[in-house]
Amino acid sequence: MANTQPTERQETAAPAIELVGISKAFGPVRANKDISLSVARGSIHGIVGENGAGKSTLMSILYGFYKADAGEIYIGGKKTAIPDSSAAIAAGIGMVHQHFKLVENFTVLENVILGMEDGPLLRPSLAKARKLLQRLADEYELGVDPDALIENLSVGHQQRVEILKALYRKADILILDEPTGVLTPSEADHLFRILQGLKEQGKTIILITHKLREIMEITDTVSVMRRGEMTATVKTAETSPEQLAELMVGRKVLLHIDKKPATPGADILEIKNLEVTDEKGVKRVKGISLEVRAGEILGIAGVSGNGQTELLEVLGGYMPASGTIRINGTEIDLSGKHSDGQSRRARGIAHVPEDRQSEGLIMEFSAWENMIFGYHNDPAYNKNALMMDNAAIRKETAAKMERFDVRPPIPALQAKNFSGGNQQKIVLAREIERNPDLLLVGQPTRGVDIGAIEFIHQRIVELRDEGKAILLVSVELEEILSLSDRILVMFDGHIMGERDPAKTDEKELGMLMAGMETNGGAN
Amino acid sequence: MDTANFFLQALLTADMTIRVSVVLIFACLAGLFSERAGIFDIGLEGKMLISAFFTAAVSYQTGYIWYGVAAGIAASLVFALIHGVASITFRGNQLISGVAINFLASGLTVVIGHAWFKKGGLTPPLSDAGRFHEITLPFADALRDVPILGPIYADVISGHKLLVYVAMLIVPLTWWLLYRTRFGLRLRAVGENPASVDTAGVSVVRYRYAAVLIAGVLCGLGGAYLSTSQGAAFGKEMTAGRGFIALAALIFSKWRPWYALMACLLFGFLEAISNLFPNINVFGLFEIPVQFTQALPYILTVVILAGFVGKAIPPRAGGEPYVKER
Amino acid sequence: MDKMPKWADIVLIPLISLMLAFAASGLVVLAIGENPIQAITVMVKGALGSTSGLGYTLYYATNYMFTGLAVAVAFHARMFNIGGEGQAAIAGVGATLVILAFDWPHWALALPFAIMGAALFGGFWAAVPAYLQAKRGSHIVITTIMFNFIAAAVMGFLLNGVLKNPNTQNAETVKFPTGAHLPTAHEFLAPLGINFSKSAPLNISFLLALLCAFLVWFLLWRTRLGYEIRAFGQSEKGAKYAGISAFKIIMISMFISGALAGMLSINVVMGEQERLIKEFVEGAGFVGIAVALMGRNHPVGIILAAILFGMLTQGGFELLWEMPNISKEVVLVIQGMIILFTGALDYMVRGPVEKLFLRMKKGA
Repeated sequence: MANTQPTERQETAAPAIELVGISKAFGPVRANKDISLSVARGSIHGIVGENGAGKSTLMSILYGFYKADAGEIYIGGKKTAIPDSSAAIAAGIGMVHQHFKLVENFTVLENVILGMEDGPLLRPSLAKARKLLQRLADEYELGVDPDALIENLSVGHQQRVEILKALYRKADILILDEPTGVLTPSEADHLFRILQGLKEQGKTIILITHKLREIMEITDTVSVMRRGEMTATVKTAETSPEQLAELMVGRKVLLHIDKKPATPGADILEIKNLEVTDEKGVKRVKGISLEVRAGEILGIAGVSGNGQTELLEVLGGYMPASGTIRINGTEIDLSGKHSDGQSRRARGIAHVPEDRQSEGLIMEFSAWENMIFGYHNDPAYNKNALMMDNAAIRKETAAKMERFDVRPPIPALQAKNFSGGNQQKIVLAREIERNPDLLLVGQPTRGVDIGAIEFIHQRIVELRDEGKAILLVSVELEEILSLSDRILVMFDGHIMGERDPAKTDEKELGMLMAGMETNGGAN
Repeated sequence: MDTANFFLQALLTADMTIRVSVVLIFACLAGLFSERAGIFDIGLEGKMLISAFFTAAVSYQTGYIWYGVAAGIAASLVFALIHGVASITFRGNQLISGVAINFLASGLTVVIGHAWFKKGGLTPPLSDAGRFHEITLPFADALRDVPILGPIYADVISGHKLLVYVAMLIVPLTWWLLYRTRFGLRLRAVGENPASVDTAGVSVVRYRYAAVLIAGVLCGLGGAYLSTSQGAAFGKEMTAGRGFIALAALIFSKWRPWYALMACLLFGFLEAISNLFPNINVFGLFEIPVQFTQALPYILTVVILAGFVGKAIPPRAGGEPYVKER
Repeated sequence: MDKMPKWADIVLIPLISLMLAFAASGLVVLAIGENPIQAITVMVKGALGSTSGLGYTLYYATNYMFTGLAVAVAFHARMFNIGGEGQAAIAGVGATLVILAFDWPHWALALPFAIMGAALFGGFWAAVPAYLQAKRGSHIVITTIMFNFIAAAVMGFLLNGVLKNPNTQNAETVKFPTGAHLPTAHEFLAPLGINFSKSAPLNISFLLALLCAFLVWFLLWRTRLGYEIRAFGQSEKGAKYAGISAFKIIMISMFISGALAGMLSINVVMGEQERLIKEFVEGAGFVGIAVALMGRNHPVGIILAAILFGMLTQGGFELLWEMPNISKEVVLVIQGMIILFTGALDYMVRGPVEKLFLRMKKGA
């Protein structure tokens, strides 16, 4: 909804925050490129963008966690340096983190005053804080039991504590990083009411999210970030989800793969009503159903954190779930008791995991030791019941490295010494050459150089042409569009819809990824 | 045995329990501070040993007990600092560091001791001014004749050496420090979730060093007590595993000061029993072997750790060096 | 790219740490008014200068090889097994029970059974803490420390009671049958015309230790189980991905670790003492930690480190004669320094060395 402050006030008041030319690089990766931003006091400003757009880096700079390489920050018109968290707090900036920084077995009151105690003795500080907390709670609908232990609170209430912490420190500017990821819809609504209340009291709020619905619902202005740059800043009332989606994902040159049309066969993978709950009790996958047929690539698009990782982990055998999953017609056990990677592999499922460095490879092991990781029990790699056939493994590794153009082709070299692209090729060589019925692939080209990307894409298509089923999960829309035969979009643990890559585009997919319905569904 | 005899035995046991528990209390509280801030410390044994040695040695050399205590505390602080630097600044393995400290203490006490006094590691017996003496609390003698309560006051509560009373006072002091002060709140937060303290602009490193140094002082007091109150000289390896019993007591007490006192008294009681009554006859059926009583503190700790008597959850950030998340 | 060449990681850094440890120990010796160079010379002469010295050195080294291998195998699975002291002691009970059960005609018959007894008992003593860690999350460092003390109590109980030799005051068993006597180095080498010291207790267990080192290497780098142990030890998440069972790995690696520590009892109880006494491990379990750290958890490194520590131990005893002002406990100081520098202060050495290599690379 538009900001309805009188024009005079808008013209004379300095912006709450102004960033000019902020840049930050981590080695060769330029996370923020010359960002400029101005946020008016007493408004809610949204920052929207895909994974890796640079939103978190920017906010970390504002919060004193990182130092910008170049650029200036102005708070209330005054140039301010923010070298650490204390400076940020002193400047009136309060951050509500995506992953709460709370002490689980302290009470709400103790968490709120931590670091802001009023003197060496706790009793007086706690008494003072209690009164203040009550006042804040009443004013902003932030009711929490001050003596409750954090670990006993719901996630929504824990978030309120994070907000109270910021307010207690007299924050005028509140930054919320993906706040609704762990909330139920009603908790999210309540949060928005709280934010409105804060705004009416003159606080400035910056909301970082990838969910367009939230942007449209409560922000006054919105900035779009893409690949480290601020591509636009507009008034929410003057834009639309379609426009934002287009700015978010952009029209880029598609890495087009020449591929034959798919000739899909029987259902290899069948999922019905899958539900996955994580260790914290938050539901991550909320009842999805899908099929993948032989000879086709099913691409799952979506911003990471919407259930795709859990889906892969369940299929890979290391996360329990409820629902039904069939491979080649036979059900697999989802209880977590017998689920393990070995039985999945025995069923003909191969898995290129999203995180190759901590899951798919053992960085300290050599290439040849990694080439059998997960398959070390295969009789082909073992001379007898006791001994492994290291010589045979090394020979096969050399051959695989050649076929997959892994550089340098040295089987004895440790995995940590290969570039990201070559590490990925090792994992791919391992999984693809198992000739699996179903190949799971997560973020296949993350951190991989251009040259290797094309190679990897070609091999995936080749596998599909050999009649295998492939489930591809990626946050890169170009990749999804160029490789998939069918596309599903996941958002908030649900499947938003299925699209034909030939009949859709990044804009539409961007909308779905951001939680907006399309094809007749208005915002 | 008749009631009078039983009462006398009880008094004797209680008295010995208190005396024997003091070392455990000091070491246990030392471990408490350290682990509450997230630094595992299995070097309590070594710190106490080095302090015991220097307290006795300097006390003998100067003839003045308080110089000895100061020296003992200083020695323990040096070792505590080594542990701190290795664990905090160099982010090394805290358990290995603790093992190293124990080795160093075992070796240095004898090497320095023998070179100094030529007695193979023993220090010479302390003179009168060189050790602690029993303190008679007011009215102890006058009250002794009061039935039941009199002897308890006169023989069990009064008549201990100074450090015993110090130890007893440090327990409520520790509780107060940890739960009623800003320092304690922040210290506990550092051990549970250092990131929460870091984002609040408070230095994790500073609080961890503070905890480690406090542990050094407390171990210093424990060691000083050993060689000047419980005994009157230093002997090789005189800590005899008490640092580990203290560790067991710490876990048993779930890292809480008052429970720690009770756990130390319990374990001290077991030691007293095994000293005073090596063969306990159970209803005339069988004898409890003295080794069982000796092993009981350790067995109880394993039972606690296995979660059979409630969960013993250590400070969540314990044992892990703090690295800022990128 | 690698921050420094592999040889620097495996040889240079441990060497620098070792030199720092010796330098620090040297300072201590200086502080008590003695000459560290002289001390080292005496120690080396005492350790290697005669067949008697060499015999003792290798006898101690045998103990340290067993405990070092024990710590290393567990380390590869990311388990810090400090329980070697207790595991070796309980293993001694196992070996003793087997040996005293029969009147063994020949050592070649008694030895394999004694080994089995020791391995079973030692492995069991490690398996209980392993189970508690795997199933109930009890920290294995604390439980193994506790089990060390419980083992001491058990030993005291048995040796003062059921297993006690009725003809003596000491807490020890009866002497083992002569058929179970393990040949010493002297007896072994005499038919070859080599006159090895008679007094040194170096016995056939030394060869057993070398065999164990080979078997550990074979296990870890040539078998599937070893592959799984190392993978699990490197990455718990990766192991989950690959379907490697955490429970299985923790239990098996700790059992093997305890069994290896238990072999120490063969060397000391069967080979030297020829009866079970109370305190026969004498800290070797803890020295094993230093040996494993120095040897980088690799059997070859462990053999070398064990010999080094054997030299230190024997040299320490020699110091008693030649430089009576320095107690043999100086060896504990050196061991402590080595553990400190190679274990806890690793980054203190690693940091500057990495920077040096980086600068050399940039300059090149």
